[in-house]
Amino acid sequence: MQTTIEPQTSFEVTDQGFYGHFGGAFIPEMLYPNVEELRQNYLSIIADPGFQTEFWQLLEDYVGRPTPLFLAKRLSAQIGATIYLKREDLCHTGAHKINNTIGQILVAQRLGKKRIVAETGAGQHGVATATVCALMGMECIVYMGSIDMERQKPNVDRMRMLGATVVPATSGSQTLKDATNEAMRHWINNPVDTHYIIGSVVGPHPYPDMVARFQSVISEEIRKQLFTKTGRETPDYVVACVGGGSNAAGAFFHYLNEPSVRLVAAEAAGQGVSSGHSAATTALGKPGVLHGSRTILMQTEDGQVTEPYSISAGLDYPGIGPLHAHLFESGRGDFYAITDDEALQACFELSQLEGIIPALETGHALAALAKMNLKSEDVIVVCLSGRGDKDLSTYSKYL
Amino acid sequence: MTLLTTQNRISDLFSQKSERLLNVYFTAGFPNLVDTVPILRGLQAAGVDLVEIGMPYSDPVADGETIQQSNGKALENGMSLKKLFTQLADCRQEGITVPILLMGYINPVLQFGVENFCRKCQEVGVDGVILPDLPLDLFLFDYAETFRRYGILNVHLITPQTSEARIRLIDEESEGFIYMVSSASITGSVKGVSDTMETYFKRIQAMNLRNPRLIGFGINNHETFDMASQYANGAIVGSAFIRHLDEKGISPDTIRAFVQTIRA
Repeated sequence: MQTTIEPQTSFEVTDQGFYGHFGGAFIPEMLYPNVEELRQNYLSIIADPGFQTEFWQLLEDYVGRPTPLFLAKRLSAQIGATIYLKREDLCHTGAHKINNTIGQILVAQRLGKKRIVAETGAGQHGVATATVCALMGMECIVYMGSIDMERQKPNVDRMRMLGATVVPATSGSQTLKDATNEAMRHWINNPVDTHYIIGSVVGPHPYPDMVARFQSVISEEIRKQLFTKTGRETPDYVVACVGGGSNAAGAFFHYLNEPSVRLVAAEAAGQGVSSGHSAATTALGKPGVLHGSRTILMQTEDGQVTEPYSISAGLDYPGIGPLHAHLFESGRGDFYAITDDEALQACFELSQLEGIIPALETGHALAALAKMNLKSEDVIVVCLSGRGDKDLSTYSKYL
Repeated sequence: MTLLTTQNRISDLFSQKSERLLNVYFTAGFPNLVDTVPILRGLQAAGVDLVEIGMPYSDPVADGETIQQSNGKALENGMSLKKLFTQLADCRQEGITVPILLMGYINPVLQFGVENFCRKCQEVGVDGVILPDLPLDLFLFDYAETFRRYGILNVHLITPQTSEARIRLIDEESEGFIYMVSSASITGSVKGVSDTMETYFKRIQAMNLRNPRLIGFGINNHETFDMASQYANGAIVGSAFIRHLDEKGISPDTIRAFVQTIRA
């Protein structure tokens, strides 16, 4: 594939929205004005002192930040290294997703938008979007695959209770990919008054960068908290799960240019990388274009997007964010493929070792620890991206 | 850079005819895998001016339900770019003279290889392409030279929200014609043509662009075709024809009947 820019040495996005070979804005002309309006304004909006004050105030008073960095002693003993857990599960609504929706709704207000549209897979991003829309009194429409609506019913009810309209995506495979298509179509049909809050570090530039910036509070806090606890800001490893990759982007952000910190991404192998039921994008994908950016993508030889599978709806996506594609290609990140069973087992272990029931997505990050050949002196931060309440119906089958 | 001055049927057409041109879209491999060339033949016999053949894609974000479903069905039928080029291989030798555009999304073209794609287009006699999710700047930087080398036109879209400066840029960089999207919408989602559209059509008409314009999205009957033809060189019909194929089949007579209804 040809590229429009020279390979980068840093991991910051270029003006054209590229991370190495990946990124850009592959969008139909119908979306160009919206995306361009956002591209031209997002940095100055975010830099504005009024925005900063409101954003940080809301993160503190409403989201409950900073979230703790917890030394997991029993897990550390079992793994044989020092493990800290970054407790994003303690954020309001139960996951890191709200860091981004708070930021984006403040951007949307400043762009004069009246309505919010979003996509959701497991419903966590949908709930986080519905929550900030209620907070700001904005209309909220969430597209969700009709199959996901059935398997994540409690989150559908939460969104409705928060006043959002949940629209089933009935096209294609009726999951996250199709919900994203439908949300984009909605935005095409309503270009002037609507802002699209994408939930991960995917989509056309500037979304991957904007979402990474809002999630970067995770690594900003890790640095300070780790210094307080250990006298150093840098761990040996930061570990996070990657579907689209927003919690990973946030946890990696302030370590991207520090090679002494290994960045570890756990992808969902589903029933096994070669089983035909997997979402291990870097293991199975090739470069391609999906949802507005050039990235690594699970696809057929003919370039048709393949339907992924994972037990965890939040990792059930055929692509990854362009930043992660660049981390993979450049070797800056280590990617592990974690099966459904390994993730489930890690969720049960954490629950019983530390009294924390994590989300299934997070279980993938925890399961990577056993595969990393850790030394006893290693310090590892795992991003505990979400809590497991939403997954109880899955967990209960194994009790 | 060497320009191959291959004759292009689209440019030729517009140099001969500038009013009430009808461009009809259909999806390759729909309703059945083998229907592509028979439909093409039917459209030519019915007297359409251009034909736009959809290259089916799993995630057609700029398209509404009708074209999404025809894409899905075509993929189920086993359609691919490779098969499409095989189906079209002999059509020019067998009397197809109507200008042909391929319309689709960038990812299958990238996997096929852009150069390979252009070479195949030239071989089988495709004159132009429409790739909505390949943005203008990336096209110009990465691919324009390759397209030019094989004599394949790349048609760009404008919408009611496209700024005047950008329309000027697109006009400058376009060959063949400009695809005017009638409203802020996906395909097949608007019924008829509203007053706001008319204002937009007039605004663009007054810009005196160097390229001809065809209006698409929401053109589904004689009335809308007529209206679009007043303000542009003609119009593009897509979803309405897909629905017609789905309901009435692909015989030359039903295709002729459809085209006559639009043209009246």
